[in-house]
Amino acid sequence: MSRMTNMDPNLYRKRRAINFLVLTGSVFTTLFGLFWLVWLLATLFSHGFQYLGLSVFTQPTPPPGDSGGLANAIVGSIIITLVGVLIGAPVGVMAGTFLSEYAIRSRIAPVVRFVNDVLLSAPSIIIGVFVYEVVVVPMGNFSGWAGSLALALIALPIIVRTTEDMLKLVPNTVREAACALGAPRWKVTVSIVFRAAKAGIFTGILLAIARISGETAPLLFTALNNQFWSSSLNEPVANLPVVIFQFAMSPYEDWQNLAWAGAFLITISVLVLNILVRTFLRDRK
Amino acid sequence: MNSTQKAKGAHPVKAGWIGQIADAVFTNLTRICAILVLLIILAMMVSLFIGAWPAFKKFGLSFLVSSEWNPVTEDFGAFVAIYGTLVTSVIAMLIGVPVSFGIAIFITELCPVWLKRPVSTAIELLAAIPSIIYGMWGLFVFAPFFADHIEPWISDNLGQIPLIGELFSGPPLGIGLLTAGIILGIMVIPFMASVFRDLFEVVPPVLKESAYGIGATTWEVIKKIVLPYTKIGVVGGTMLGLGRALGETMAVTFVIGNADRLETSLLMPGNTISSSLANQFTEAVGEMYTSSLIALGLILFFITFVVLSIAKFFLVRLTMREGTRT
Repeated sequence: MSRMTNMDPNLYRKRRAINFLVLTGSVFTTLFGLFWLVWLLATLFSHGFQYLGLSVFTQPTPPPGDSGGLANAIVGSIIITLVGVLIGAPVGVMAGTFLSEYAIRSRIAPVVRFVNDVLLSAPSIIIGVFVYEVVVVPMGNFSGWAGSLALALIALPIIVRTTEDMLKLVPNTVREAACALGAPRWKVTVSIVFRAAKAGIFTGILLAIARISGETAPLLFTALNNQFWSSSLNEPVANLPVVIFQFAMSPYEDWQNLAWAGAFLITISVLVLNILVRTFLRDRK
Repeated sequence: MNSTQKAKGAHPVKAGWIGQIADAVFTNLTRICAILVLLIILAMMVSLFIGAWPAFKKFGLSFLVSSEWNPVTEDFGAFVAIYGTLVTSVIAMLIGVPVSFGIAIFITELCPVWLKRPVSTAIELLAAIPSIIYGMWGLFVFAPFFADHIEPWISDNLGQIPLIGELFSGPPLGIGLLTAGIILGIMVIPFMASVFRDLFEVVPPVLKESAYGIGATTWEVIKKIVLPYTKIGVVGGTMLGLGRALGETMAVTFVIGNADRLETSLLMPGNTISSSLANQFTEAVGEMYTSSLIALGLILFFITFVVLSIAKFFLVRLTMREGTRT
């Protein structure tokens, strides 16, 4: 190290060269990462936009060789996703509240946090198998409820995690001030802490929606698919991801084209949700 | 809180009493929800185990090493699927780790400030795209391209090398273990890159500045300061990516080819645990078939649980050390 500066021009040049190589490499890896994003989006736009007509939104999924749209799948997807979030969000927000507000001396809190983080990255197909075992088999048929429950289980850990993180951002002095005014603890949590962290909790829920609206694997064995309009969540419900999967894997060109249109729709909505979340968070900072 | 209320005397005692009950109800409600998260994972283990029991009882430990998968004779073994899962994940890691590392270095050390946010966002959007989209793109765009332009070159050149040549020989089909691995690699890049970036950013600037001050180059600062400081976290982040790769379903299902035979070549179709489940679960007829698939699911659950636990363990250790140092 003592010979480092100007003493040995060769060593100096070598270090410069290595540095240059590594940094160039890092620029290339970034370009490599962005390259796939661009390629993917370009494909989606060129294929998806082309087949996206009004009929996609107005007609139900066709039998092979016929013309049709994705209307029933779009509506089904929205319903399953919303019901999933309605199940997952209250539980997730409450669990996150416990971890942030009530778990200071709790011994189960670290365990819950750990399990939640594992659940966060657990393979979604396993959740599908689980819901199949506990809902579809006892009920005797595939159903929209089972699909919603599977999506709720995927949304849950995301909401728990973001709620806890967002509540922790609320300064303690705010809680202390409310307590000092004589407010009971639950009131402090609900009308002070929740209100302060409202945008953050909402962002977490949006993030969860973005995540589950493209989930396919858990719906394969739960909501399955339905070629027609579904009247109730007690029966199989058509949904975009599974329709895309079936149509894309089919040999019929009409179906493949519809799959591209669906893929385009899903990606656009997921990306828009994600960008919304980001602007939300940036405004808060 | 109640004592303050009483002492103040402004509220009737009754209000305090109701507050107390509401408090207890609310606290316990949140606790129940938190415990529910625990119960869910326990219920998952139990139900998978019950579902997998018939297969385990019939095949015993040989289920893990048998490469048989024959629905007609009801003879099942998990080896092909486990092999496919591990091989595709290893390929994904070989691509994902260096690239994510490079991206994290670029964002933390090289990137001009105005470009930081757009680049980070773009990389993170890569993670937001649903896996089924990767699958479709893989099947219709990447696989044909790969079969026409890359695979012939691979089997002509790498296929001739002794020892490892076996891995790279075979017809250019486009779909197969290698294609699935590459797409998985692209999919895990954003996860690992954002973990690495966050890690590199917690390195105290004083340490880096001191190194720059004695004349170290950027690479030397990364190698001698940033990496040693974040090494545990880097392992954790890698494990996190591995956990994702192991369990990824839809993208793999599209491009792996769904073949239940064991092939030495990476260019040949294969199967992973998750793609077997996605392709065969709803069509499985008979108790033993379904049970064997659930047993596959249990194995996947176990593997990812262990990998993700290790990831969590390393990442928590880093934040704990953070806590004591600052």
